Amino acid sequence: MADLTTDFLGIKSPNPFWLASAPPTDKEYNVRRAFEAGWGGVVWKTLGSEGPPVVNVNGPRYGVVHGADRRVLGLNNIELITDRDLQTNLDEITRVKADYPDRAMIVSIMVPCEEQAWKDILPKVEATGADGIELNFGCPHGMSERGMGAAVGQVPEYIEMVTRWCKQYYSKPVIVKLTPNITDIRIPAEAARRGGADAVSLINTINSIVSVNLDTMSPEPSIDGKGSHGGYCGPAVKPIALSMVSEIARAPATAGMPISGIGGVTTWRDAAEYITMGCGNVQVCTAAMTYGFKIVQEMISGLSEWMDEKGHTSIKDFMGAAVPNTTDWQYLNLNYVAKASINQDDCISCGRCFAACEDTSHQAIAMSPERVFSVIDAECVACNLCVEVCPVEDCITMVPMAAGSTDPRTGKIVQDGYANWTTHPNNPAATAAE
Amino acid sequence: MVDKVFEAGVVAGRLAPEAYAELFSDLHPPLGAHEALVAADRCYFCHDAPCITACPTDIDIPLFIRQIATGTPDAAAKTILSQNIMGGMCARVCPTEQLCEQACVREEAEGKPVLIGQLQRYATDHLQEQGVHPFVRAEPTGKRVAVVGAGPAGLSAAHRLAMLGHDVKVYDAQPKAGGLNEYGIAAYKTPDGFAQGEVDWLLKIGGITVETGRALGPDLSLEGLRAEFDAVFLGMGLGGVNDLGVEGADKDGVLDAVDFIADLRQAGDMGSVPVGRDVVVIGGGMTAVDAAVQSKLLGALNVTLVYRRGRERMNASVFEQDLAASKGVRIVTHAVPKAVIGNGAVREIEFEYVGDDMAPTGQTLRLTADQVFRAIGQTLEGEGLPDLAGGRIAVDAQGRTSLDRVWAGGDCATGGDDLTVTAVAEGRDAAMHIHAALSANA
Ligand SMILES: Cc1cc2nc3c(=O)[nH]c(=O)nc-3n(C[C@H](O)[C@H](O)[C@H](O)COP(=O)(O)OP(=O)(O)OC[C@H]3O[C@@H](n4cnc5c(N)ncnc54)[C@H](O)[C@@H]3O)c2cc1C
Ligand SMILES: Cc1cc2nc3c(=O)[nH]c(=O)nc-3n(C[C@H](O)[C@H](O)[C@H](O)COP(=O)(O)O)c2cc1C
Ligand code: SF4
Ligand code: SF4
Ligand code: SF4
Repeated sequence: MADLTTDFLGIKSPNPFWLASAPPTDKEYNVRRAFEAGWGGVVWKTLGSEGPPVVNVNGPRYGVVHGADRRVLGLNNIELITDRDLQTNLDEITRVKADYPDRAMIVSIMVPCEEQAWKDILPKVEATGADGIELNFGCPHGMSERGMGAAVGQVPEYIEMVTRWCKQYYSKPVIVKLTPNITDIRIPAEAARRGGADAVSLINTINSIVSVNLDTMSPEPSIDGKGSHGGYCGPAVKPIALSMVSEIARAPATAGMPISGIGGVTTWRDAAEYITMGCGNVQVCTAAMTYGFKIVQEMISGLSEWMDEKGHTSIKDFMGAAVPNTTDWQYLNLNYVAKASINQDDCISCGRCFAACEDTSHQAIAMSPERVFSVIDAECVACNLCVEVCPVEDCITMVPMAAGSTDPRTGKIVQDGYANWTTHPNNPAATAAE
Repeated sequence: MVDKVFEAGVVAGRLAPEAYAELFSDLHPPLGAHEALVAADRCYFCHDAPCITACPTDIDIPLFIRQIATGTPDAAAKTILSQNIMGGMCARVCPTEQLCEQACVREEAEGKPVLIGQLQRYATDHLQEQGVHPFVRAEPTGKRVAVVGAGPAGLSAAHRLAMLGHDVKVYDAQPKAGGLNEYGIAAYKTPDGFAQGEVDWLLKIGGITVETGRALGPDLSLEGLRAEFDAVFLGMGLGGVNDLGVEGADKDGVLDAVDFIADLRQAGDMGSVPVGRDVVVIGGGMTAVDAAVQSKLLGALNVTLVYRRGRERMNASVFEQDLAASKGVRIVTHAVPKAVIGNGAVREIEFEYVGDDMAPTGQTLRLTADQVFRAIGQTLEGEGLPDLAGGRIAVDAQGRTSLDRVWAGGDCATGGDDLTVTAVAEGRDAAMHIHAALSANA
C-alpha cells in the first residue's frame, strides 16, 4: 500500500490532507473530531491580538452557487477571524497538540502590521507546541478594511516585512497564506520568499457577491437589507487556485518553494492534481463544511488506490510531476492535429454537441434526419467544446492524427515533430527555424 | 408457440430451447460505467446515514458510493467487502426495498432511493472480475476452528476467522459449497455461475479448507469436532421442510419448493427441468415467490400462489409480489389447503377461504394442479445439537450456544431475518467473538 505520510517543512502528518483555517478548525471540539476522522493536520482558525475579540455579524454569513440537485459549487462567506478569546484558543491548541503529536498543528495568525503586535503574539503561539504558523494575508472582507488580511497580502513590501518579523520572533516554520485578489500571484510569493518564508499556501478566498435578492435589491447574504462582498471558495475556485499554484511552481524566483495547495479540494483527485502541480500537501475547507469530516476517508482511500495503480509509493514520487508540462501558450506544439470522434454506441442523440458546434463554433458536426451525429473532419478544429458539453463521459474523444496524414480541413500534411508559435511563419516576431 | 405449452402433466422443454437464456437472465442487468456515475451522483453523503443502519452488515454506503463517484470503484469494493464478504451476492439478492433503499432519504424525498444494491454490485463486480482478493491473513494464531455449513453464515465466519489468522475447516453436506446461494436463490438473481465464482474468490484468502459431502451426523459428530478444534461454528441453515398436513399430500407431483429450486439451480439446461402445466405454490415467502416465478419462466401455463393470510402479511416483499404478478403469477390470499385430489398423481387441490383471524369460512376453492409446491417454511434438522428455542439453535447476542466453545448463526440460529445478508452478518460477528474468546485464552 502507498505511503501517504507527508513531510512538509519537517512537519510530519499521516496524510497530506489538512483542514484549512476556517470554521472547521475553530475550536478544540472540532479539531479533536477532525483528527479522529483521520485528517492529517489542521491550520487553526486565524487568531487575532489579545484583547476583546472581533465580532461577527449576527445574520447569515454564507451564500452559495448551487449546481444541479443543490450541489454546492461555490461558497461565499463574510466571516471574520476567530471571535473567541486569544488565551482560550491558545490553551485549546496546547491541549490538542499534546494529545495528537502525530498530526500537524499550524496556527494561523492575523494581527496589525506593527512589529510589537507580532512580538507579543508569537511567543505565546510558540508556547503551545504547535508545529508552525500560517500568516493570514488573505482574508478579503472585514479584516481588510482594518488594514489586515488581504490589505497586507496586496502589498509585497508588507508581506516581506511581516514575514521577516515572524522569522525573527518565532523558531518554527512560517507559511505565508496568499490572497488571490491581486493581478500577479508571483509577486507576493516572491516577497514572502524574500522575507524568509518557509512556504506559501494558496489561495485564500476570492472577492465575491454570489447573488442579489430581486425582491429586496440586496446582495446575498443580506444583513438587514444590506450585503457586502465576501470571500469565494469551494469547487468553483479550484481552477483559479491551481493556475496560481502553477505560476509559483514555474517562476524561477519562486520555483522549489514549498507550497500548500488550497481551493476547492473536494476529492482525492483534486488533491493529487495540486500535488502534481508542486504542492507538498493540500488544505480543505468547503468540502468539509459541505459533507462533514468523514469526507477525508474518500480522499485517503482514493489517493492511495491511485498511487498503487500508478506504482507511486510515496507522495514525493509524483510531487511536481505536472510542472514541467505546464508551459506558455507560445510553446504549445502547433504540429499536433486532432479530430473529435463520436462513439455511436455511447451516443444518446441529445444533440448538445451539434448545438454547441453549429451555433457557436465551427459547424463541424452533422446531424442526420435519424438524429445520428457525426463529426465533419474537414471542419473540425479540435476545439473540445463538444467533448465538454456531451452528457456522456468519454462519448466524444479527441483522436490525434498521425504524422504524414492529410488534415482534411487545411489540406496540409500533418508534420512530425514539434513546432510552436515562436517559429511560425505567421508570427511577425518569429525567430527563424534552424 | 411450442406445442408443449398446453400439454398437461409435468413435462420438460415446454418452451423453445433458445427462450430460456433470455427468461433466466439477470433480473437487474448490471449498471454500465455511465449509469453507475449518474446513480452515484444522487447520493447526498448523509451524516450517520440511515441506509447504513438499515443494512444488516452496516456497510458504509455513503463512503462506497462516493468512492464510485470519484472514480475508485475498487476502493468502493473494499469498503463494502470489509463489512460484508458476500457483498457481491447481497447486491444481487438483498430485498433492498425493505433494507437500505427503504431507508434512503431520497426515498423519503422523491420516492426514488439511490440505487444502493446496484451500485454495490457495480463496485464488487469491478474488483472481483479482476480476480483481486483484497484481504490478507494476520499472523497465524495456531488455533483451529471448525465450521459446519458452507452457506453465507458459515463462509462469512470462515473468511473472517481466516483473516484473523486462525485455520478453518468447513464441512458441508452438499457436493458444492455456497448453501442456498448455490441451491436456493432464484436463478435470475445469480446467473452465470456467480455463486461458485464468489465462493472461489472468497477462499483466496487462504487458511480455509472445505470438505463437501460431509454432514454433521453419525460420522461427524459435534462432540468429535469440539474435541478436535478450539471452537466450532454451526451455520447449517434449515434443511427440513414443513409438512402440508393435509389429506393426499403424499401424491405424486406434490413437492418441496426448495427441492424444485435446487434441481433448477443445478440444471445445466433449463429446458431439461420438468414443470407442470398447472402449478400451485403454497406459501407466502421468498421461496414461494421464487418457485412460482421460476415455474412460470419454465413455461407453466397457469401458476397460482396461494397464501393463508392477507398480502400485507406475506414475507415476500412488495417488490417480489409485483415481480410475480408481472410474470403472470396469480396470487390468491386467505386460503388454506384442505385436500390434494388425484389418482396417484395430483389433479386438483382444494382450499378453504379463511378470515384475517384464520377462522374457516366454509367457502372453498378448487384449483387444477399437476404440480404442487410446498413453501411453508423450513425447519432445523439434526441430533445432538445445542439447546433450541423456537425450533432453532438458541444463541446469545454473541452467537454463543448452550455448548461451550460452540457458536451458531444464520438461518439455523435464533434471531435475525432469514436473509443472506443477515446470515453474513451473524457469521462475521460470531467470528469476531470466537476470535476474542480464542485470544483471551491464548
Ligand atoms: C428459495 C429461497 C430463496 C431465497 N431468496 C433469498 C433472496 O432473494 N434474498 C435473501 O436475502 N435471502 C433469500 N433466501 C434466504 C437465504 O438464502 C438464507 O437466509 C441464507 O442462505 C441463510 O444462510 P445460512 O448460511 O444460514 O444457511 P444455508 O444457506 O442454508 O447454508 C447452510 C449450509 O449448511 C449445510 N448443511 C446443512 N446441514 C448440514 C449438516 N448436517 N452437516 C453439514 N452441512 C450441513 C447445507 O448444505 C448448506 O450448504 C432464500 C431462501 C430460499 C430457500
Ligand atoms: C467561513 C470561512 C471562514 C474562513 N476563515 C478563514 C480564516 O479565518 N483564516 C484564513 O486564513 N482563511 C479563512 N478562510 C479561507 C479558507 O481557509 C480557504 O482558504 C478557502 O476557503 C479556500 O478553500 P476551499 O475551497 O477548500 O474552501 C475561510 C473560509 C470560509 C469559508
Ligand atoms: S452531445 Fe454526446 S450524446 Fe449528445 S448527440 Fe452529441 S455525441 Fe451524442
Ligand atoms: S448488503 Fe444488502 S442491505 Fe446492505 S447495503 Fe448492500 S444491498 Fe443494501
Ligand atoms: S440515505 Fe441515500 S442519499 Fe443518504 S447516504 Fe444513504 S444512499 Fe446516500
